[in-house]
Amino acid sequence: MGNFESNAPKGPLAEKWTKHKNDINLVNPANKRNIDVIVVGTGLAGGSAAATLAELGYNVKTFCYQDSPRRAHSIAAQGGINAAKNYQGDGDSIYRLFYDTIKGGDYRSRESNVYRLAEVSGNIIDQCVAQGVPFAREYGGLLDNRSFGGVLVSRTFYAKGQTGQQLLLGAYSAMNRQINRGKIKAYNRHEMLDIVKVDGKARGIIARNLVTGELERHSAHAVVIASGGYGNVFFLSTNAMGSNVTASWKIHKKGAYFANPCFTQIHPTCIPVSGDHQSKLTLMSESLRNDGRIWVPKKKEDAEAIRAGKKKPTELSEDERDYYLERRYPAFGNLVPRDVASRAAKERCDAGFGVNKTGEAVYLDFSSAIMRYGKEEATTRKINNPSDAKIKELGKEVVEAKYGNLFQMYEKIVDQNPYETPMMIYPAVHYTMGGVWVDYNLQTTIPGCYAIGEANFSDHGANRLGASALMQGLADGYFVLPYTIGNYLADDIRTGAIPTDSPEFEAAETEVRERLDKLVNNKGTKSVDHFHKLLGKIMWNKVGMARNEKGLKEAIKEIKELREEFWKDVRVPGTVNEMNAELEKAGRVADFLELGELFAKDALHRNESCGGHFREEYQTEEGEALRDDENFMYVAAWEYTGNPADAILHKEDLDYENIEVKTRSYK
Amino acid sequence: MNLTLKIWRQKNAESKGKVVTYQVSDISPDMSFLEMMDVLNEQLIEKGDEPVAFDHDCREGICGSCNLQINGEPHGPDRGVTTCQLHMRRFKDGDTIVIEPFRAKAFPIIKDLVVDRSAFDRIQQAGGYISVNTSGNTQDANSIPVEKENADMSFYAATCIGCGACVAACKNASAMLFTSAKVSQFALLPQGEVEADRRVLQMVEQMDKEGFGNCTNTGACEIECPKGISLENIARMNREYLKASVK
Repeated sequence: MGNFESNAPKGPLAEKWTKHKNDINLVNPANKRNIDVIVVGTGLAGGSAAATLAELGYNVKTFCYQDSPRRAHSIAAQGGINAAKNYQGDGDSIYRLFYDTIKGGDYRSRESNVYRLAEVSGNIIDQCVAQGVPFAREYGGLLDNRSFGGVLVSRTFYAKGQTGQQLLLGAYSAMNRQINRGKIKAYNRHEMLDIVKVDGKARGIIARNLVTGELERHSAHAVVIASGGYGNVFFLSTNAMGSNVTASWKIHKKGAYFANPCFTQIHPTCIPVSGDHQSKLTLMSESLRNDGRIWVPKKKEDAEAIRAGKKKPTELSEDERDYYLERRYPAFGNLVPRDVASRAAKERCDAGFGVNKTGEAVYLDFSSAIMRYGKEEATTRKINNPSDAKIKELGKEVVEAKYGNLFQMYEKIVDQNPYETPMMIYPAVHYTMGGVWVDYNLQTTIPGCYAIGEANFSDHGANRLGASALMQGLADGYFVLPYTIGNYLADDIRTGAIPTDSPEFEAAETEVRERLDKLVNNKGTKSVDHFHKLLGKIMWNKVGMARNEKGLKEAIKEIKELREEFWKDVRVPGTVNEMNAELEKAGRVADFLELGELFAKDALHRNESCGGHFREEYQTEEGEALRDDENFMYVAAWEYTGNPADAILHKEDLDYENIEVKTRSYK
Repeated sequence: MNLTLKIWRQKNAESKGKVVTYQVSDISPDMSFLEMMDVLNEQLIEKGDEPVAFDHDCREGICGSCNLQINGEPHGPDRGVTTCQLHMRRFKDGDTIVIEPFRAKAFPIIKDLVVDRSAFDRIQQAGGYISVNTSGNTQDANSIPVEKENADMSFYAATCIGCGACVAACKNASAMLFTSAKVSQFALLPQGEVEADRRVLQMVEQMDKEGFGNCTNTGACEIECPKGISLENIARMNREYLKASVK
């Protein structure tokens, strides 16, 4: 098995990355032409890595299940990307971004990695602007910023509510330039179904062409997994329908440790579930919490009347409303981190103050912001004694300019006008901090296999701060992996092309083929979605926002039973040798059914609450998360041994040399 | 709601397709159009039939995967939305809905409602980028101020999701709106100016090679575009093209 060492460089924190870059081996440009790299996934991490590796001279093959790299789910990120530029002169610095990220992650991430992330953050913005990413600007022509949860500075760069789209199109355009040069070969509508190891090293993949159904062998000197997170294990999440854990899970089964699977982010501001037919959940960007105020009625009678449709939220006066985040966390107010905001919403709803039919929703209200902006606008436009109606009209224009597309999206889905009545929101699964374990070089425990972006576990600890996912994906892809992978590939300059007719490729392909055949020949009675929905229910009810020992033990048992049931009774129509969406789904759900069990096992073993992982047994009197640094200040990296239940735990202790570990407080 | 669906079924690129009629019942008005399709597919799987293949992914109107021609209109009757954001409350109990793939010579059918839009990728590959390597040493992001108005227009052009509705809406199956959006995004920024001539010439050449039709200024593309990409972009591309051609 590979190396389970963090490989973080020695020396002062601020010099580690520079020193490391100076110490690692380089590959001569002529030799790079003889080296092939496979990148699985073409979102921000995969797209940026593929483009950069190709610019450096490597031969790159990219794989994505979508019909174009541009459609990877990074595209749906709304709010923004953090960078320690301190353009606003509000006291931001690399150290502060580093500190906020470690604290936001509840002291469960690796110092050296996070510092490096903060260090390269500024370069990302420079790079993206140079590529033509149209960030929001002020009238002076310079870049605009806004604030996100868990921080006290404005360091978030944005392109309206479509920041992820614009950054991804930037990475995609960089890829296109290399495709045009012949340095990237893009395999779209292809899905990686296994990794191939030769002499213990990652040397290729088995991929299925999703148009023809054919299995293909692709070899390379290194394989990079950039296939995103596994939030869809909950069935309902803000992930895309196709987002899956398959690539990560396959490498896990072949020797890559899987770290902190239970660290999952439940995002506080999503559109609530409306019924059983629902196929996915939609996020309302955290940027809305810059201006929106979150509340529920103070009195239970009012909440009941609203649920029964007898009262409207707009009929409640200011003192009949409980702005519970502002009440509980006066310092950060509506901009507390996501885990804190989500739990607070759940607490109010569980206590009977929820506001929609299901009782599982709180209000996100823009009326104060509309009036505040309206007044500002009236002053700027020199309108004397404006009427309330005029102020409202002007305020609406400002809010529309800032958040127009989000408000439109809300109205389309819910059929209510959020300019006139408060939005209803509720937490939903959004992001997974856990993932494939990697060292400082982003290498997994399989030599030559790397994991970047959301697919790895490295930078966000137990909770990710808003606008940091885009930052991490691009940092890994543009600025970290292209350096660190060279250190490994420097040993491969004489290897030559890896043949695909070896017994290892043969065996891997056979294994994949047998599994596909098994799925289509199963001829059961229940659809794939049937099982996926049941898995989602178990996960949400017992491994969701609040977890306890009893529930987790039940979940482990139920998931195992459901998995057995799946393999007995799933029905996959069609054949292997054609475009077959049900077969694709079946393979992904089969992997979720294994991951789910490890997820619950990890949550059960971690006898503490931290970040997004909340164990009901471990909380303060005020209901805040109670960490146990004595016993759990480590990364839980699981080794697969044949069954999720038998996974072996390896601990990577986290040493904080530069930060004083404190109780996280946003009060 | 109970609905009659008339759906284009085609086994693969080689075979001949036909319209098949299906009934679906108990459709909630709160469902999205694609959730209604999910209901149909569950029903087909239960009966042992093959589900209808269609592209979809994010289901929040941004990835550009979904692309159904609904009652003759790309993305259906609503303006400014993708198929996944269209909701069943837009239809009435008893309605008949005709569902087809986006039709264009440059978008060959792969299966049922799934078409091949890789022509769009190839247009972008021909020049839809700024040639700058990743180095970490590009100049500071704020060193070149960009007029807010230009930055905003560039952004609006860049919001194109590449779904292909413009092509499906056009009687000539022209890809001018798509191509011009990308050309405009870069033409409006100082960073993109350096390569502007080369970019527009190469992208237009590739667009023609792919077999898209010509633009006859009917404006159907702008009306059907789920992101409201403006026709002004086409005018801008024409100017850019002319400028580059006479140099």
